[in-house]
Amino acid sequence: MTLLKAGPYSVRVNHRSLIVGVVLLVLLVAALLVTLSAGTNAFPMDRVVAAVFGSGTPAENLIIGELRLPRAVVAALVGIAFGVSGGIFQSITRNPLGSPDVVGFGIGASTGALVVLLILKGSLAATSIGAVVGGAVTAAIVFALSSRGGVAPLRLVLVGIGLGAALNSLNSLLIVRAQVYDAQSASAWLVGNLVGRDWDEARLVGGILVAGFVLCLVLHRPLSLSEFSDERSASFGLSTDRTRLLAVGTGVLLASGAVAVAGPIQFIALTAPQVTKRLTGAPGPNLVVSGLTGALLLVLADLAAREAFQPRQLPVGVLTGLVGGAYLAWLLGREWRKGRA
Amino acid sequence: MRPSHLRRLGVFAGAVVVLGVVVVLSLMVGRQSISPVDVIHALMPSATGDNADIVRGLRLERTIIGLVAGAAFGGAGALMQALTRNPLADPGLLGVNAGAAAAVVTGFAVFGVTNGFAQTWLGLAGAAIASVAVYLLGSGSRSAATPARLALAGAALTAVLFSYITALSMRDQDSYNEMRFWVVGSVVNRGMDRLLLALPLILAGIVIALLVTRALNAIAFGDDTSKALGLGLGKARVATAIAITLLCGAATSVAGPFVFVGLAVPHVARILVGADQRRVVPLSMLLAAAFMVLCDTLGRIVSSGAEIEAGAVTAILGAPLFIALVRRRTLTATS
Repeated sequence: MTLLKAGPYSVRVNHRSLIVGVVLLVLLVAALLVTLSAGTNAFPMDRVVAAVFGSGTPAENLIIGELRLPRAVVAALVGIAFGVSGGIFQSITRNPLGSPDVVGFGIGASTGALVVLLILKGSLAATSIGAVVGGAVTAAIVFALSSRGGVAPLRLVLVGIGLGAALNSLNSLLIVRAQVYDAQSASAWLVGNLVGRDWDEARLVGGILVAGFVLCLVLHRPLSLSEFSDERSASFGLSTDRTRLLAVGTGVLLASGAVAVAGPIQFIALTAPQVTKRLTGAPGPNLVVSGLTGALLLVLADLAAREAFQPRQLPVGVLTGLVGGAYLAWLLGREWRKGRA
Repeated sequence: MRPSHLRRLGVFAGAVVVLGVVVVLSLMVGRQSISPVDVIHALMPSATGDNADIVRGLRLERTIIGLVAGAAFGGAGALMQALTRNPLADPGLLGVNAGAAAAVVTGFAVFGVTNGFAQTWLGLAGAAIASVAVYLLGSGSRSAATPARLALAGAALTAVLFSYITALSMRDQDSYNEMRFWVVGSVVNRGMDRLLLALPLILAGIVIALLVTRALNAIAFGDDTSKALGLGLGKARVATAIAITLLCGAATSVAGPFVFVGLAVPHVARILVGADQRRVVPLSMLLAAAFMVLCDTLGRIVSSGAEIEAGAVTAILGAPLFIALVRRRTLTATS
C-alpha cells in the first residue's frame, strides 16, 4: 500500500493494482494501435500515428481517422463503462454473477430501445434515449420492489432476475410481432454491435463516463467497506442503503449509457471484474482496473469480430456471448473440481 | 373418510372441473366466438361446416398442446422445487428450457435438422446438458446449491444460451424468421405430429414423477435426516432428474421455452394441499395444464389484432409472483 497525496486529498493504492493497471493501460494502447492498423487495408504503424493526428494521406485519414478511430474509441469507452458497472454491481451483490447483464438492467435497457425502434419507429439516437430510460426505469422498479426495511443485496439480484425474465419475454414478443425486416435489424441491435459507430456515440459515452467517474470517486471507499456484512459496515458508520442506492444509480447510468451506444453486449460486465480480481489479488471493487480490463476485452473482441470472419463482419456481441459462455464453463469446472476436492 | 381427506379430494375434483371449463373456453374463444353447445356439436366426428373447421382444425390442436406442455412444465417445476429444496426453482428460470431450445435451433440452423423426431431428441439432450450445467454452476464449493445461487446460475446460463440463439439467427433471413418464434413459447402452429413424437416421453416423465413423490418427501427432511432414517436417496434423485429432463426437453421441443409456469403453479398447489409431494406433483400437473390453456386463451382475447403468445402471457403473469416470493423470504447474505 502506498499513500498518494495531492493537497487535502489522498488515495491509498495497492502496489500490485497499480502495476496491473499500468500494464493494462499499455496493452490497451497497443491493442488500439493494432485495431487501427490491421484489416483488409493494413497500414504500418508510422502511418497510423500520422493519420491519427490528421497528417496522413486523404485515404489514410479517411480509413484510419474517420472509420476505425471512432469505432475503436467507442469500443474502449463502452468497455470501460461495462467493466466499471460490472465491478459496482458485483461489489453490491457480493456475487460474481451479479452483473447488470445478468440481473435484468441490460434487458430493461433493451426493452426501452426496442419500444422506440419497433413501435415508435424512432431514429438510432432516439433509440439510445429509449435504452437509458428503459434501464433506469427497470432499476428503479427493481430497487423499489427489493427494499423492504433495507435493501438486501440478494433480494435485489433475485427481483432483478424475475423482472428480467418477464422483460425478456416482452422483448421476444416485440420482435415476433414486428415485420421480419424491422425485427432482424432490432435483433442485430439486441446482440450488441459496434459497426459504424461515430464520434457522436463516443461523445455520448464519454460524457456518461465523466459523470460516472465523479460518482465513483465518492463511492469508492464506502463500496469497499460495504463488501463486509451489513452489520460490519454499519459499525464503520456507513449508511449501507444510501451507498447502495448511489452505487446502483451509478452502475445503471454507466451500463445503460453503454447499451445505448453499442447495444446490450453480453458478459463484459460479468467478466471484467472477475479477471481484475484474479490479476490484482486485492479486495474491494477495484473499479479503475476493472474498467481498463473491460476496455481491453471489448477492443480485442471487436477487432476479432471485424477481421477474423472476413468478408463478413460479425456483431461483437456474438463473440462476447460465446467467450462469456466459455468463461462460465470454466467457472463451472473450477467449482466442480473444488466440490470434489 | 376424514374431513381433511374429503377436502383434498374436493381440491382435486375442483381442479379437474376448472380444467374442463378452461378447455371449453379455449375452444370457444377467438376471432370468431362459438357457443359451448356449438363447440360440443363441432367436436362430434360427423360434424362439418365452419365451426367444425375452426374448433377441430385450429383450436383443438393448440388446446391439446397447451394441456400436455402445461402438465409437463408444472410437473417439472414441482419436481425441481422438491429436488433442490428451492422455492425459486423453475425450468424456464434455471435455463433448462433455454438449453432445449438452443439444441433444437442448433439442429436446424447448423445441420439443417427439420425432422420432428430428431428435434425432440435434440431438445432432450439440450435440457439434460443445461440442467447438469446449472446445477454444477449453482453448487458452491462445499455446500449444496442454494436458492439464490441456483437462480443466478440459471440467469447467467439463459443469457449465454439466448445470445447463442440470436447469433445463429443472424445468419440468414429464413432461419431468422423461423427462429424468432423459438425464443418465445407458444402453442400455435406447432403441429400434431410433433406432439405425438413428444407425448410418449412426456408420459414416461409423468409416470416417473408420480413414482418418485414418496422419496421426494424424504428429500424434504434434508440429507442428514434422511440418512439417519436409513433412506437411500441417490437413486430417487437420479430418477427425478431424468423425469425433469424428459418433461422439460420434450415439452420445449413442442411448445418452445416457457418461463414461470413451473414456478407459479406448484406454489398454488402447496397452498391448496400442503407439502406432501404425493399430492403436490399431480395437482401441479393438473393446474399447470389449466393455467397454460388459460394463458393461451387470454393471449387471444387481450389484443384485438394479433394474438399474444402464451409464453409472454405466462411470463407477465408469473413475474409478479416470483417477486412476491422473493420479497417474503428472509434472505441471508450467505445464501
